[in-house]
Amino acid sequence: MSSNHSKRLWMYAQMVKSRHFEDMIKPAYFEGKTPVFNMAKGPLPGEMHLSDGQEPCAVGICAHLRPDDVVTATHRPHHIAIAKGVDLNAMAAEIFGKKDGLAGGRGGHMHLFDPAVNFSCSGIIAQGMGPAVGAAMAARMRGSDAVAVAFLGEGAANQGAFHESLNLASVWKAPVVFVIEDNSYGISVPKSACTAVASNADRAAGYAMPGHHVGGNDPDAIYEAAGIAIERARSGSGPSLIEIETSRLEGHFMGDPEGYRPKDEVRRLKEIDPIPAYRTRLLEAGFEESELDRAESEARGLVDQAFSFARSNDYPEPKEAFDHVFA
Amino acid sequence: MSLPDQTIEKPAAERRLTIAKAMSEALAQEMERDPSVLVMGEDIGKMGGVFGTTTGLFETFGEDRVRDTPISETAFIGAAVGMAASGLRPVVELMFVDFFGVCMDAIYNLAAKQSYFSGGKVSCPMVLMTSVGGGYGDAGQHSQCLYATFGHLPGMKVVIPSNAHDAKGLMLSAIRDDNPVIFMFHKALQGMGWLGTVAGSINHTPESEYCVPIGKASVVREGSDITIVGLGATVHQALAAAGRLDEAGISAEVVDLRTIAPLDRESILASVTKTGRLLVVDDDYLSFGIGAEIIATICETLPGPLKCPPQRIAHPDIPIPFTPVMEHFLLPDAGKIESRVIAMMGEQK
Ligand SMILES: Cc1ncc(C[n+]2csc(CCOP(=O)(O)OP(=O)(O)O)c2C)c(N)n1
Repeated sequence: MSSNHSKRLWMYAQMVKSRHFEDMIKPAYFEGKTPVFNMAKGPLPGEMHLSDGQEPCAVGICAHLRPDDVVTATHRPHHIAIAKGVDLNAMAAEIFGKKDGLAGGRGGHMHLFDPAVNFSCSGIIAQGMGPAVGAAMAARMRGSDAVAVAFLGEGAANQGAFHESLNLASVWKAPVVFVIEDNSYGISVPKSACTAVASNADRAAGYAMPGHHVGGNDPDAIYEAAGIAIERARSGSGPSLIEIETSRLEGHFMGDPEGYRPKDEVRRLKEIDPIPAYRTRLLEAGFEESELDRAESEARGLVDQAFSFARSNDYPEPKEAFDHVFA
Repeated sequence: MSLPDQTIEKPAAERRLTIAKAMSEALAQEMERDPSVLVMGEDIGKMGGVFGTTTGLFETFGEDRVRDTPISETAFIGAAVGMAASGLRPVVELMFVDFFGVCMDAIYNLAAKQSYFSGGKVSCPMVLMTSVGGGYGDAGQHSQCLYATFGHLPGMKVVIPSNAHDAKGLMLSAIRDDNPVIFMFHKALQGMGWLGTVAGSINHTPESEYCVPIGKASVVREGSDITIVGLGATVHQALAAAGRLDEAGISAEVVDLRTIAPLDRESILASVTKTGRLLVVDDDYLSFGIGAEIIATICETLPGPLKCPPQRIAHPDIPIPFTPVMEHFLLPDAGKIESRVIAMMGEQK
């Protein structure tokens, strides 16, 4: 077995937590927005990018990370934030634009920052990659063996920042791991129509670093590949790239009519939903039904509590918008 | 919001379009007429553009002339410059103006300097269409306007329609222009139901081809006491405020800039000469903005004194916050315009 009992239980619980977090978002997001969908309305305004289906990527990687390791995430950040240990109450409150949110409601769902666990994200495609290289270098210069991980989508791997960051990290032997969550689409555009190589893992060779490809959306396989890459970074041997084949079970954003994707694709993807599949795998591996149930209900309980906290939390004073423009 | 009619002549048969439809109709007509026109950008093919700017084009013109691009703005906007230098007329979409940071070199150092550095021998007839504006809780990386940022840099024209009629006419002018033109469209006016559209932006749009000239502002409401200058979404806020001010016995003239660069200084000057008072309403950041430029122009050129100090309403110099309680506190709106005008009218010279 590639990962031990408690790690696997942890990964399962975090996946359930993330899924439940998003299942709570779904009805809340549509409150006040129907009958006519209007993005500005309701308790959760703005764009909303859900990560249902992509949970294994976050847990397989973050299972190796410590709070002092740095993670930069994308516009689709919830699963990664949860696996990195971002404060759940403050994260929920931020998404609701409330005063005890991570940034007091200034950032919202695409801009979650939790310095306590060294987590941040950006809504600009691939732009978390440079900061991850910088954070990795800072750790090395401090004499720490902390590493940095930059998450990105397969669409983002066509940005200039991707290529420049890989090269820079390799030249500097930065302790950083680049993780591509390949869900086959950049909004409506399929990977085959916009990426010249079939596998982004092949691109790593162009920057003299190892490239791992992980199929099957499988937490254990991701955990294993991540272990190699993160150990390489921690030990001072330099960066790696991990490409994970995963699946996006919802539209690009909530309200996306998904006219670009074959009608039965989502149904097929839901049939191989990684969370029930992992549960089955764990049971087959000898996990007790009761311990999985307990982990699940505990995870759900924390999320429910975070949503009650967020809903009952006050809005900030409007004039507080002027705070923190400068440090 | 109920809004006064635009001062565009009303023909017998009304044909009301949204700005999104007007843009895609203009593109279709021009692609039909001129085989050198093509469209490129993210999700502009089958999806028709996330803001509906290219609806139906892929089906009509095919993937050669309606190209979905990788998420590689530096490459495809740079490629548009090369296409333009080689005789094509590319129209490219930068989905949100906020993303300009990853590709600004292609815009302001390549596209905007091509004519100058070639001594006028090579032109850059391309259009960059891009969405601007917030008000729907999308926070600081998806809600900016950046009018002044683009207006500040020489070598490209910058337009922003406030209604469908102007959107179509400005798009045709932009494509036919031999210069790079930044075509900004405001999300709150686009006519995508999910963004909550201001009704006044949906207006009569003739089916036939017509051009709205670049560099010409338009007086969308006549008045005698004060000039309110707006652009894009703030035009509608100014019109709504003017309606209410009318009831209070104040006659406001509303000028729709329509073009940011080159700025129609003459039309503004003519209006302020008549009214003697000036308020500029801008949803971009305040400092170094459109308001400052317009007020400076008036101070430099108005022959006589103003009846009260000129004023501006804009987004203060802070990033756009996510939470609606903060965002709406900061954005300009009709109420803020109305009370500012009343205060200005009360001021003694
Ligand atoms: C520089 C930049 N260009 C375009 C966008 C608009 N955009 C947001 S998400 C997205 C697709 C991203 O695809 P991918 O990287 O595969 O991630 P996924 O959404 O599939 O998780 C695009 C084009 C952006 N946010 N930033």
